[in-house]
Amino acid sequence: MFRISKDPIQPDDLYRDVLRDCNGAVVTFCGVVRDNSRGRRTDYLVYDAYEEMAERKMAEIGAEVERRWDIGDIAMLHRVGRLEIGEISVLIAVSSPHRPQAFEACRYAIDRLKEVVPIWKKEVGEDGTSWVEGPQPVAEGA
Amino acid sequence: MIVKVLFFASCRDIAGCREKDWEIPEGATVGDLKGRLVAVYGGLARLRDSLAVAVNTEYADDSKVLSDGDEVALIPPVSGG
Repeated sequence: MFRISKDPIQPDDLYRDVLRDCNGAVVTFCGVVRDNSRGRRTDYLVYDAYEEMAERKMAEIGAEVERRWDIGDIAMLHRVGRLEIGEISVLIAVSSPHRPQAFEACRYAIDRLKEVVPIWKKEVGEDGTSWVEGPQPVAEGA
Repeated sequence: MIVKVLFFASCRDIAGCREKDWEIPEGATVGDLKGRLVAVYGGLARLRDSLAVAVNTEYADDSKVLSDGDEVALIPPVSGG
């Protein structure tokens, strides 16, 4: 399942989607709205997406992951609209027979999503309102 | 011929709308349309080098020739996740 949703996301929303009797590992990644960005306070985020293309690009990432790793299944869900601090913006779940593949595939899927899937976040905080353009650098060790 | 142009995120703020039908000459490419849009919406100039374009939900190069009825989306650098 690869979907854009306006509804709140719970951490286990995709768990059953990817669960298989033959798989011994499920890794899930939750992207969560943080209360700060580049050292400044964030009040909330607004996400926009080119929904039809975003769902297609996420499915392409899923297919790529299935070619590269021996996984059971993968599912991706991204929310749009206004999100408050602590809410989940993106959820990815990957199952595999053993844990290394699921960890690696899940890491790859979120990194790739941030590169190619047409979704944008607008930060609203102490600096006012601005669209974020391009991936933000990940701090060393973060 | 007419294509439908979609604007997202900062591009929508600049254009002031989410979509707009746009008349282009036969044989026009993605690059031609991008140049025209930047000329009409000056605010897009800042993004020109980083602006991707999707035609019918697939990323397309500037050299791609457009067809009547195509859906052309301006894609500023993405920031999902």
